[in-house]
Amino acid sequence: MDFNIPEEIKMIQATIKKFVEKDLEPIARKVEEEGEIPEEIVQKMRDLGLFGIPIPEEYGGLGLNTFGEVLIYEELSKTNACFRSRIGTSNGIGSMGIYMDGTEEQKQKYLPRIASGEWSAAFALTEPEAGSDAANIKTIAELKGDHWIINGKKHFITNADCAHVFTTMVLTDKEKGSRGGISAFIIEKGMPGFSLGTVEKKMGIRGSHTAELIFDNCMVPKENIIGGDPMIGHGFKTAMRVLDKGRLTMGASALGAAERLLEMSVFYAKERVQFGKPIGEFQMIQAMLADMATEIYASRQILYHAACLRDQGKKITREASMVKLYCTEMACRVVDKALQIHGGMGYMKDLPIEMYYRDLRLYRIFEGTSEIQRMLIARDLLRN
Amino acid sequence: MNIIACIKQVPDSESQIKISSDSKSIVTDDVKWVMNPYDEFAVEEALRVKAKCGGEVTVVGLGPKRVTESIRTALAMGADKGILISDEALDGSDSLGIAKALAGAIKDLGCDLILTGQRGIDEDNGIVGSNLAELLGMPSVTIVEKLEVAEDAKSLKATKGIEGAALVIESSLPAVITAQKGLNEPRYASLPGIMKAKKKPLDVKTLADLGLDASEFGEGARKLKILALEPPPAREPGRIVDGETTEEKAAELARLLREEAKIL
Ligand SMILES: Cc1cc2nc3c(=O)[nH]c(=O)nc-3n(C[C@H](O)[C@H](O)[C@H](O)COP(=O)(O)OP(=O)(O)OC[C@H]3O[C@@H](n4cnc5c(N)ncnc54)[C@H](O)[C@@H]3O)c2cc1C
Repeated sequence: MDFNIPEEIKMIQATIKKFVEKDLEPIARKVEEEGEIPEEIVQKMRDLGLFGIPIPEEYGGLGLNTFGEVLIYEELSKTNACFRSRIGTSNGIGSMGIYMDGTEEQKQKYLPRIASGEWSAAFALTEPEAGSDAANIKTIAELKGDHWIINGKKHFITNADCAHVFTTMVLTDKEKGSRGGISAFIIEKGMPGFSLGTVEKKMGIRGSHTAELIFDNCMVPKENIIGGDPMIGHGFKTAMRVLDKGRLTMGASALGAAERLLEMSVFYAKERVQFGKPIGEFQMIQAMLADMATEIYASRQILYHAACLRDQGKKITREASMVKLYCTEMACRVVDKALQIHGGMGYMKDLPIEMYYRDLRLYRIFEGTSEIQRMLIARDLLRN
Repeated sequence: MNIIACIKQVPDSESQIKISSDSKSIVTDDVKWVMNPYDEFAVEEALRVKAKCGGEVTVVGLGPKRVTESIRTALAMGADKGILISDEALDGSDSLGIAKALAGAIKDLGCDLILTGQRGIDEDNGIVGSNLAELLGMPSVTIVEKLEVAEDAKSLKATKGIEGAALVIESSLPAVITAQKGLNEPRYASLPGIMKAKKKPLDVKTLADLGLDASEFGEGARKLKILALEPPPAREPGRIVDGETTEEKAAELARLLREEAKIL
């Protein structure tokens, strides 16, 4: 397969690179320490048009295909991961359900506002009793007149504190459960009975916030089921399709970070002198660099390949899981080697490597753990 | 208002520059080309003047096909249309040749204001802007740090820094302005802007298209000749001042600064 990058995507990559170098990287450490992205940076992200990458042009987005989108994520991930996370849910899991399965009215109402960055979007599936076993959700909706009354709790929801629109998976038929009993709701901030709970203290990606959602007799208009009445009970399928796509962008984020770490490691191996020569002249350091570069190369190929397959309309469930699994585990191996190459300096907060070490660790957990990806891949293999 | 921004491409300042075997030019194989940073100020200012006074911004670039990338970047920033002057006969032209070709492309466009960078960061000549003004019979203000175009688009006020003071110059329009650092903060080419730029008009013109005589351009027509390019001298390694105690080291440093460096 041919990975020819179109001219306009190259220009977009150049813009993102500049944005990372000029605006994001200089404040990366500060954002990590203070746990907050300054509003003026979010505004710059809006001005750049970073919130509607895959949303079609007719709804105010860029309408980029998956290949273009992963290239953007790859470039944007060469700095503190929270910046990517800030736009991630709006472009991906928070809006894709509306875009793929929503009614025309829902698309008209939500997508332009999400694409412009006026409203951020989040995705709420996970609950205390339903992590990997996502079908085990307990949050439940009951139809009363023109409204659904929702009760329950979601947790670990990325960007919950800055989102306005929540694509939320809720039981509409307890008996049926994931087999036709889950529906995808669009829940807006400020709907009666909807509030935020604990904002978690995390190991990494501290500039991006993850919080609990509490639904206490929350009243949601009847028409707020994604896709309307015909889609009642089909929410679990929507959720799984949304996550399929998300797995590729996750892979791209891991890849971009790994590339940055390799670049830093090569630089350091040339500069740092021990025993009278640059450490890059020691074979054991060379082996680490070679392994890092090789795994990055392999990751890039499977990521681009899967993205292009998706753009050709192929079903990529298995490939998406492989990309998510391999790229995120690769990045964790790469960051470990990068830290080793930097020695004690790598452990210090003067360099960003320890931050990547903590941040990348998340990628093996959310949007489906590594174990769940392996399970999905194996299931697919054994089915045939 | 009809506003023109002239741009060129230069090697990215992060590129490693290698001198070619003829010792008169650089090896361009691995060079990453970018819009001349001073020209970015010119494009940005053109867009700001347009926002204030209305009208249209045309970007004029000169050079090989790759220069289209930089013109597209300017279109993505918000310029309306682009012209690329591209002709093999232009290879090796000096600043006067470049200015002649630009003047040839601009003279019939009926422009009110021309902006360009005060110099290219590659050869640092800084004369295309004023040559262009001369050829078009327009006034020029060079190395401008602040620009105000009157609402009625009939005159401008330009500020330039001179040793210890600022010079404020008023000029009628049309005029040529060359942009200095500090004039503005160039915007990013936004993502929607980049997608839209694909559809904006970009004409490619040869010297013949512009009615210019190819023999007046290129290496042969140069009035300034490059004799040789030399890399800057390698920096001498630093030196660690000897001494047991801080006092001793300080005394030794003072002695070195006085006796060897002779700067105290
Ligand atoms: C920072 C952060 C942000 C998040 N953002 C969101 C969000 O925006 N929206 C959202 O809905 N969710 C979000 N999540 C939730 C995330 O998707 C879940 O944490 C993840 O799916 C794992 O679920 P769990 O934490 O309950 O772990 P568990 O499912 O309890 O897993 C514990 C361990 O058991 C393993 N395991 C579980 N089942 C199996 C099995 N069948 N076979 C083998 N091993 C198994 C797991 O792999 C893991 O190692 C986020 C999580 C974090 C940490």
